[in-house]
Amino acid sequence: MQINFGGREIALKLVYYGPALSGKTTNLRSLHQLTSDESRGRLMTLETKDDRTLFFDMLPLTLRAQGAAASGGAGMTLRIKIYTVPGQVLHASTRRLVLQGADGIAFIADSQTSETEHNAASFLDLRRNLKELSLSLKTLPVVIQFNKRDLPQVRSDAEIAALASRGREPVFNASAVNGSGVLETFFGLLHITWTRLDAEHHLAPMLGVETGALLPMAARQLGLATDVATLLSACVGGDLGARAPV
Amino acid sequence: MPPQPPAPPPASGPAPGASAPSVSAEDLVLDGRLRIEDLVDRAGLDELCKSFVTLFGIPVRIYSSEGAMLADAGGELEVCAYVNTLAEGRKACAGVVGRVRAQDPGDAGDVPLPCFTGAGYRVMALEYDGRRIGRLIVGPFLPPTTTDAPASLLTLDGGLDPARAKTLVLKMPRAKADTVTRIAAHLRSALDLILFSGHKAHVTSAMHLASVRESYRQLEDKTSRLQEAFDRLKELDRLKSNFLATVSHELRTPLTSIIGYSEMLAEGLAGELSAEQADFVKTIHDKGDQLLSLIMGLLDLSKLESGTMRMAPQGIRVEAVLQEVVSTLTPTARKKGVKLVLEVGSQLGELRADPERLRQVFLNLVENALKFTPAAGSVTLQARMSEGGAPGGGDDDDDDGLTLLAPTRARLEVRVVDTGIGIPAREKPKVFDAFYQVDSSSTREYGGTGLGLSIVKRLVEAHAGTIGIEDNQPRGTVFVVSLPQATPADAPPTS
Repeated sequence: MQINFGGREIALKLVYYGPALSGKTTNLRSLHQLTSDESRGRLMTLETKDDRTLFFDMLPLTLRAQGAAASGGAGMTLRIKIYTVPGQVLHASTRRLVLQGADGIAFIADSQTSETEHNAASFLDLRRNLKELSLSLKTLPVVIQFNKRDLPQVRSDAEIAALASRGREPVFNASAVNGSGVLETFFGLLHITWTRLDAEHHLAPMLGVETGALLPMAARQLGLATDVATLLSACVGGDLGARAPV
Repeated sequence: MPPQPPAPPPASGPAPGASAPSVSAEDLVLDGRLRIEDLVDRAGLDELCKSFVTLFGIPVRIYSSEGAMLADAGGELEVCAYVNTLAEGRKACAGVVGRVRAQDPGDAGDVPLPCFTGAGYRVMALEYDGRRIGRLIVGPFLPPTTTDAPASLLTLDGGLDPARAKTLVLKMPRAKADTVTRIAAHLRSALDLILFSGHKAHVTSAMHLASVRESYRQLEDKTSRLQEAFDRLKELDRLKSNFLATVSHELRTPLTSIIGYSEMLAEGLAGELSAEQADFVKTIHDKGDQLLSLIMGLLDLSKLESGTMRMAPQGIRVEAVLQEVVSTLTPTARKKGVKLVLEVGSQLGELRADPERLRQVFLNLVENALKFTPAAGSVTLQARMSEGGAPGGGDDDDDDGLTLLAPTRARLEVRVVDTGIGIPAREKPKVFDAFYQVDSSSTREYGGTGLGLSIVKRLVEAHAGTIGIEDNQPRGTVFVVSLPQATPADAPPTS
């Protein structure tokens, strides 16, 4: 997170991590499609070859606190940059570069039973990279998305729910290619990241919003019809913390 | 993270942890520091503006957020040129231009500014990625309804020609306010696309560089760790050589006594021995000798490895050394039924070498050749001057650039040719390694410690020579020893 008083901005960095071909870029594309262009910028996709991400994708979202003009400039702009990392094993150095300074992580897992090991390997890779960056999964907000729920040969809902109930990280199901679960995952991640950063740095008064009003504001500015509570209720397990009042 | 002071450079300080990458993706995306001039080609920006002027006839200028003019299209209108010929006009014009250039586009990002000629400007914000990164100035242009020059122009002092002023004013480009808004929106969206492309290209190349740097950093890391491990091993190796030298020395002392006393026993100094006793004592003596030569070998090797072998170089003729070797080993050859031949070429020069060590080299090579050559075979020692480049060894690269690379000094080549069992190609590079045996099975046919050739190689190299292996046709092996010929300029003997 960066706070720039001169530019009246607070910047958050969210990273979508996960094994190769688990649908990180697809998540960003869907998020791009599902939100209005008032608040989101162009999706920057860097040099994909055969649909594989070489460096990273980046989707910028810009949320302006409503009070900004009315309260004589008390409000600030919240800029959220969402990155994906290249999943292929050989891009380890790029993954570490992208991961640097992350405020929250969405781990995009592949639901197919055949990919279970790759999910685990990628998660260990995440842990290793965070350690090198002096970060830790213990303190960093992380949500887990089981993507590709639309495919056959995937782990069952019951299985995932059982796993999720034992874990700490909030878990969401998704089929990013159809856009389902994408907003839920993003808002889940935004929720726990915001809750944590606001508690630590008292961002809400700085930004000019009530703590609980940020997510509804984001939903409004991103042009969503669904309310935040509904989005967050899609969480199938793990600890999402106190639900944001709507 | 505590709040930072105003406008801090985003996360560009030293990264936490010594091994963390030094560049973050934030830096690469140039967050907060995007400038039009970094993302867009200046000439291209000029072209873009000119194409709009061509289309709509209204002058367009682009300024960076710092106020530097990045593009200026449309030039000076006739009325402006005329007004600028008058002192009063010049002053009024400079005032308007100054105001326009200093005008902030305001919260709405679009501010109109009038000119005393009746025309107007629009100052608009240029945004990229939700931030203002410059200004677009459109104008001057006239409202479409204008039919006359305004009083603000006509009342200028200093000899203004009202008729001419009016004619020129009415020739100015005309546009409705909302038309200008549309034109500007179009220009801005075209510019946005160009900025995005430039931004993307910039990030791609920066990311590429950073990834390479990060990989390089990891490699450096690994290399330095390997270097450390290598240094440690080298130190261990040195300790091993020292240990070997000490142990060999300590073993030799009691062994000398064993050999000496067994010799005295054999000579009957302690009384007459029975045939069987003499036989036993001879075995003790022979095995003691064998053990001594093995220990001497180890000692030589460790000295050669640690570079402490003493050499006593002097001017010698190689044929004398070879002759001595042949006469020493002729009985062995005869016993085995192998023919031992010495062929010495003409005009062999002098060598600068330690004769004792050189004898050791060839004794070892010929002994080896005899060992591996079956009865009725032959071992030939050939000595001749070599005009070629690097000797034997069969390395094909040695033929390249011979003209340039051939040694400037003549070399003497001694070949030890046998008709023995030969050495398989894959074994050739290894036979000079210490303790190496081509047949390392416990039941191997040929004895030996595996030290001989490694000592030979090191001795040859200590004489600035080389040794290589070639195949003998149809069977057998050729060891090729090449030694530099002595020159008058050779330094006096060194230890």
